Amino acid sequence: MLQLQVMNSPFNQEQTELLNRLLPTLTETQSLWLSGYLAAVQSSSLQAAPAVEERPAPAAVPSIPKEVTILFGSQTGNAQNLAKKAGKTLEEKGFQVTVSSMSDFKPNNLKKVKNLLIVVSTHGEGDPPDNALTFHEFIHGKRAPKLEDFRFSVLALGDSSYEFFCQTGKDFDKRLEELGGTRIAPRIDCDLDFDEPAAEWVEAVLSGLSEGESSSQSPSAASVSAAAPAESVYSRSNPFRAEVLENINLNGRGSNKETRHLEISLEGSGLTYQPGDSLGVYPENDPELVDLLLTEMNWDPEETVRVKDETVSLKEALTAHFEITVLTKLLVEKAAKFSGNDELHQLVSNSTQLKAYIDGRDLIDLVRDFKPWNSTAQEFISILRKMPARLYSISSSFEANPDEVHLTIGAVRYDAHGRERKGVCSILCAERLQPGDTLPVFIQHNENFKLPENPDTPIIMVGPGTGIAPFRSFMQEREESGAEGKSWLFFGDQHFVTDFLYQTEWHKWLKDGVLSKMDVAFSRDGDEKVYVQHRMQENSRELFQWLEEGAAVYICGDEKNMAHDVHNTLIDIIEKEGGMSREQAAEYLADMQKNKRYQRDVY
Amino acid sequence: MVNPNLKAPDGPPSDVEGIKDRSNYLRGTLAEVMQDRISAGIPDDDNRLMKHHGSYLQDDRDLRNERQKQKLEPAYQFMLRLRLPGGVATPEQWLVVDDLAEKYGNGTLKLTTRQTFQMHGILKWNMKKTIQAIHSTMLDTIAACGDVNRNVMCISNPDQSEIHSEVYELAKMLSDDLLPRTRAYHEIWLDEEKVAGSPDVDEEIEPMYGPLYLPRKFKIGIAVPPSNDIDVFSQDLGFIAIVEDGKLTGFNVAIGGGMGFSHGDKATYPQLSKVIGFVTPDMIYDVAEKVITIQRDYGNRSVRKNARFKYTVDRLGLENVIEELQNRLGWKLEEARGFKFDSNGDRYGWVKGIRGKWHFTMFIEGGRVADYEDYKLKTALREIAKVHKGDFRLTANQNLIIGSVADEDKAEIESLIEKYGLTDGSRYSALRRGSMACVALPTCGLAMAEAERYLPGLIDKIDEIADEAGLRNEEITIRMTGCPNGCARHALGEIGFIGKAVGKYNMYLGAAFDGSRLSKMYRENIGEEEILNELRVILPRYARERQDGEHFGDFVIRAGIIEATTDGTNFHD
Repeated sequence: MLQLQVMNSPFNQEQTELLNRLLPTLTETQSLWLSGYLAAVQSSSLQAAPAVEERPAPAAVPSIPKEVTILFGSQTGNAQNLAKKAGKTLEEKGFQVTVSSMSDFKPNNLKKVKNLLIVVSTHGEGDPPDNALTFHEFIHGKRAPKLEDFRFSVLALGDSSYEFFCQTGKDFDKRLEELGGTRIAPRIDCDLDFDEPAAEWVEAVLSGLSEGESSSQSPSAASVSAAAPAESVYSRSNPFRAEVLENINLNGRGSNKETRHLEISLEGSGLTYQPGDSLGVYPENDPELVDLLLTEMNWDPEETVRVKDETVSLKEALTAHFEITVLTKLLVEKAAKFSGNDELHQLVSNSTQLKAYIDGRDLIDLVRDFKPWNSTAQEFISILRKMPARLYSISSSFEANPDEVHLTIGAVRYDAHGRERKGVCSILCAERLQPGDTLPVFIQHNENFKLPENPDTPIIMVGPGTGIAPFRSFMQEREESGAEGKSWLFFGDQHFVTDFLYQTEWHKWLKDGVLSKMDVAFSRDGDEKVYVQHRMQENSRELFQWLEEGAAVYICGDEKNMAHDVHNTLIDIIEKEGGMSREQAAEYLADMQKNKRYQRDVY
Repeated sequence: MVNPNLKAPDGPPSDVEGIKDRSNYLRGTLAEVMQDRISAGIPDDDNRLMKHHGSYLQDDRDLRNERQKQKLEPAYQFMLRLRLPGGVATPEQWLVVDDLAEKYGNGTLKLTTRQTFQMHGILKWNMKKTIQAIHSTMLDTIAACGDVNRNVMCISNPDQSEIHSEVYELAKMLSDDLLPRTRAYHEIWLDEEKVAGSPDVDEEIEPMYGPLYLPRKFKIGIAVPPSNDIDVFSQDLGFIAIVEDGKLTGFNVAIGGGMGFSHGDKATYPQLSKVIGFVTPDMIYDVAEKVITIQRDYGNRSVRKNARFKYTVDRLGLENVIEELQNRLGWKLEEARGFKFDSNGDRYGWVKGIRGKWHFTMFIEGGRVADYEDYKLKTALREIAKVHKGDFRLTANQNLIIGSVADEDKAEIESLIEKYGLTDGSRYSALRRGSMACVALPTCGLAMAEAERYLPGLIDKIDEIADEAGLRNEEITIRMTGCPNGCARHALGEIGFIGKAVGKYNMYLGAAFDGSRLSKMYRENIGEEEILNELRVILPRYARERQDGEHFGDFVIRAGIIEATTDGTNFHD
């Protein structure tokens, strides 16, 4: 290890001596820990103490700041937020950081990058998020450059209950190595509860970046922006307990569906949001399921257990702290250690069977199917995933409803493996949540789903089902601000009579001219199923004309079928009405996407 | 030929007159608004015009508040009423209508007090398909509502089937020939192309009605004594068949009847028509046309609730109207001939007509053809329609006749009647068999109280009182409507209930069993308990004190329980 001197470090003589005595004695783990510890202390104390000014002036030795590029691919905004956070931390450490969406990054510039950090989520069947699509394709294609003297690290976000967990992150990680890159730090795959592993990754990256670097390149003073907006003290890791003001079913009698409209107070939280943002909600498990689990395991509900730094009753832990409704391979594997049941051990050893087993089953199924269990409650809960937050596209405008946030939540109910299954958060809202109750919430900003900055820009909104949510927010916002731009909404659901969500509000906006045009498709009213894309096709000429006039297109809702079909329909329309080839039409849409004129919030 | 005694009322035209005026012969913007997918409703102006096409927009009032909270528009739906002169339908037509109710309606059919089918709950985008299907079975909905001549009624009592068929043909002729001539219906619903060079002069487009049509609805009915099943005196224009030596020699003409009035407005009242003379069968179209044009020219187009022909007659004076009619006809009516009615109800069960065909009259409570848990009425009638070779006749009392069954087919129909437990009415009390109720809640926009959904339950309780008084087989007509507009001809029920508010009714007594005298209000704004308390006194008293053959409506007057209404103008006194 490098010998520290007064001249090559920011320390005085006494500190230099102490450090020089200590540092050589540290094991690798210890130094890693220490660097993380110091980084954490540093970042948490930065705002409070003007540490920057108290630092000694940088050494006279010319220093070349290290350049780091952070690219994110984000659908809901989590990856984006983490990328920005990491960027801030690195800047504080003196790195020169560029944080950018993959879609904004010119692939040809990749050759100039020396240190690349990637933060990317995975969607659906292992698919990249929208704003990562082009870059993902580029880097896996023939035009991808050989990467020499290139270092990288990947932070992958995902949900381990999906088969292709963190697939996009894995793709990047593998491919960048193939292209010649070396890792700054190993890839970390984050499950829904990503805060801690993400922080670990940042520490590892920091440490990796420092390794093997010449001491002459000491980090420069951090340039913390003083003009950062005042942020609420409430966040994902410190949610605000918000009071529910209203909770109604938007679907009329006789509907196959139940869609809850929630109005929630943000009063006193300091939380604000923009149209397009999401609200994170931490739900509680269905008490019936918790009781069932306690009974199956013969556990005492009042037994106390440790959850992080808290001591709570077992019942409380299972209700509010842990996920019990989803099985992951990892969870079953861990659980197998507590089971004396041979069948479970066999199941775990057969990946195909295991995959089939966890599909549609929950913890109750597991503990019922593979008795006996020989673990304490404390041991058992320690293998469970932390209760993940649910993100819902906000359906109100903060400007129009100060201190309120509205949600539009579809109740999830289905039968699987002989039991009725219920969505944790949606059914909490549908069956138990009353006005006056509170919910732990936080705001999840989403830069990738925003109204055009120019209020005159026409907007086309496609939002069947609960996909309607952000467009209610858009309309409220445009009504409030008096925006003049044209707007066109495509909405669809099963039945006109029962499922026309927020119908009277659209009527009013149409009448007042806030909404210029609306087309609806109700799939189960006629002999033939009609969806939003059919209405788009019917209006193809006018729709293309709007695009030519610079309209921005927004799609929100189901990813698997709807968003895919609507995407292809847009290409069809551009191809047909623009007299283009298929490729040109796809390019046209890709350009729109690059220019933020084609934005999606799909799930 | 201007009669100095005749003058239409002064005053600015009502809003509906303006809507008709601007409508280009009942077109308005209907074609356009029916295409709009954002609302299941249509604007008010178009809904006014829609009536002339046999339909209007309603909503499920049970759901109104609930849906408002859910940010949903009212549960808009269309009521569609067919034009079915004399209430006669073929089995094929029955099957089509039955199927449409299932496919596009609320799964039930209402047999109306004007002898036709009503379907409820049809969504806007299914209207065209429904009307086209109706058209394909040689039926239509033209002028089933609106300010025009409505469905022409005629006796459905099958006893005199010889007369019946003759009278039915006349009813059908009147209905067809008095239709509006505008092609609006065909263009909007049946995709008829506008014909180049079609007339653009009012006199050619609507020779009789003119561009404003009538000031209000106009109703015609034909009765054959002794049955007054169609309540001939409740019609704007009634024809009473005169049968001499088994042959139809002509009709007494009665004008100026009508049921509707408004609570608390004495300028409005139910009225019975007056017999003004006799005409031969070949002249009834001319009479009808001239009566209609008198109403067209002199009816009140300023105040709609005083616009019915009855008010025109009472305002102008009966003699003046007769004189004007004879002027317009160019000849004088003969003196009215003698006739006698005995009842305005139906007779149930099998009867054999004179041409050897059988007719089965069945009681249909509230006129509602539906499948109930323990009574698959709609299915039963569909099964019968599939094999039936005769016809169906909808009666003016919301009942149904399976008509013209040949001897050799009777067993098959009987077995179906038995299989499904269809009732000739005998399993019900006479009181229930003589009951009628309008649709009211939840679909009727005018209803102030329940009628069809409530009357059966109320009769359960009245039955107990009647049973105890020994009146189970005593025929008493009982009629309930949700508002004073009178779709169930409430003012002609021996016991009448007119809705005032949810659970509250005005109670009327004293109408004649044969439909020749109006009732009068006995108690105002009372609920069920008070209704039953009143009947607990009156019904046993009737059982004790009635004279031989004395009907309940006559008894309450003789006993001084209620004063007789001798004319509509003293209905409120």
